[in-house]
Amino acid sequence: MIDRIGRKTVELIEVVGRWGQFVADMGRAIPDVGTWGGLALVQMRRVGVDSLPVALFIAAFTGVVLALQASYTVTGMVPLYFVGTLVGKTMMVELAPVLVGLALAGRVGASMAAELGTMKVTEQVDALETLAYDPQSFLVVPRVLAGTTMFPVIVALAMAVGIVTGWLTSLWLLNMSTTQFVKGLKLFYVFKDTWFGLFKSATFGFTIALVGCVVGLSTRGGAEGVGRSTTRAVVYSAVAILVLDALWAAVLLR
Amino acid sequence: MIQFENLHKAFGDEQVLAGLTLEVHDGETFVIIGYSGTGKTVALKHVVGLLQPDAGDVLVDGRAVSSLDRERLNALRREIGYVFQFAALFDSMTVADNVALGLRRRDLGAEEISDRVAEALALVDLTGSGDRYPAELSGGMRKRVGIARAIAVRPRYILYDEPTTGLDPVTSAVIDRLMVRTREHLGVTAVVVTHDMRSAYTVGDRIAMLYEGRVRQVGTVAEIQASDDPVVRQFIEGRPT
Repeated sequence: MIDRIGRKTVELIEVVGRWGQFVADMGRAIPDVGTWGGLALVQMRRVGVDSLPVALFIAAFTGVVLALQASYTVTGMVPLYFVGTLVGKTMMVELAPVLVGLALAGRVGASMAAELGTMKVTEQVDALETLAYDPQSFLVVPRVLAGTTMFPVIVALAMAVGIVTGWLTSLWLLNMSTTQFVKGLKLFYVFKDTWFGLFKSATFGFTIALVGCVVGLSTRGGAEGVGRSTTRAVVYSAVAILVLDALWAAVLLR
Repeated sequence: MIQFENLHKAFGDEQVLAGLTLEVHDGETFVIIGYSGTGKTVALKHVVGLLQPDAGDVLVDGRAVSSLDRERLNALRREIGYVFQFAALFDSMTVADNVALGLRRRDLGAEEISDRVAEALALVDLTGSGDRYPAELSGGMRKRVGIARAIAVRPRYILYDEPTTGLDPVTSAVIDRLMVRTREHLGVTAVVVTHDMRSAYTVGDRIAMLYEGRVRQVGTVAEIQASDDPVVRQFIEGRPT
């Protein structure tokens, strides 16, 4: 028993050490702008533009459901314009960042892990090194940078779309006026609602991309290994998003 | 000159290299033969620092590879072309971009890069294939692109990892001819890892056989062909027992 606990502890320390080393190596590669500059733009398009349809689809329907649920919850207890308050606050602070984050953990994280995993098992990563490229500069920095910068952009648009569909639902299905919805939207709004959601989504983007890269580049064992890495990247990213979500709430919302 | 000095490498409990000592002289094509899993590729990867030795080292022109910092290691890698067993081409890039990638790490203008890519593709008889993607190529063509990528940077050394594995006899002969032509045109020192004896006899100046992590015998092609070592004889004759 003690032996097992000891082994597990050593394994955990090794994992933490590997991830720490990976992040340190990534930091070392940041000054190599000549290598990652152009590649970062390509990744930004892949992470940002290509993810927009999924993110906006989720946000649109979340806005509809939020308005209906808010109406169901507050009717008869508080004025109906609180629907605007609930839609706005919930979209910005929680649902847009977390739902989009979880959806993109599947799309972006899995795609990065699969791509880098395939490169690893087919020796393309070794080939890069023999051509005097640092895989951190060529593969990791552009992806992590794209994740960190594009997630807030996607989430900002998702927030806007969710609020708009919540507003349209209020108009068409709840017989509210625009004035009522906007009054509720502004009622308890503070700028922190927006920046908190965007900051949180930047950390989600960083984490999803980092996990995709670390897991992808540690792939072993051919096609089966690539499959394992892809699943692992999605699971680790989803868990990390939920843990980070709780962490930021505890640190920044108290 | 490339020197393997008492090189040891294990993966877990499996000791792959157990004191490999060899010298590859400037200008020669040196062939390393041996059974699958005897550490031929592992030895080759130590030359470019893709693996770190457990003990011993590889010296390239006197530079101990395992102790080079990243900058010096990259400088060394710029002098070496590496042809991977399955070519290791970048799937998302065209053939021309694959060949140009190593050149973009050097201070070369776009025109010079384009000229060098065309020259390298011509040397491997792939003129006009620059716009194709690796997925559109046959196994032999992929290997030739791998060779073009290695020679485009005009290296001092070329390392070939199983260049004819998986190819039909005619395509293998084409690759052998290419390796000979590359040496004649560029005057490079080459290390070829293979278990294809016909290829070894065609391209090699000297041959070493690896067995149980060490060199079993090293000599010229004629010396290896005349070897009376039973392990070497069994391997070169391809006898099951």
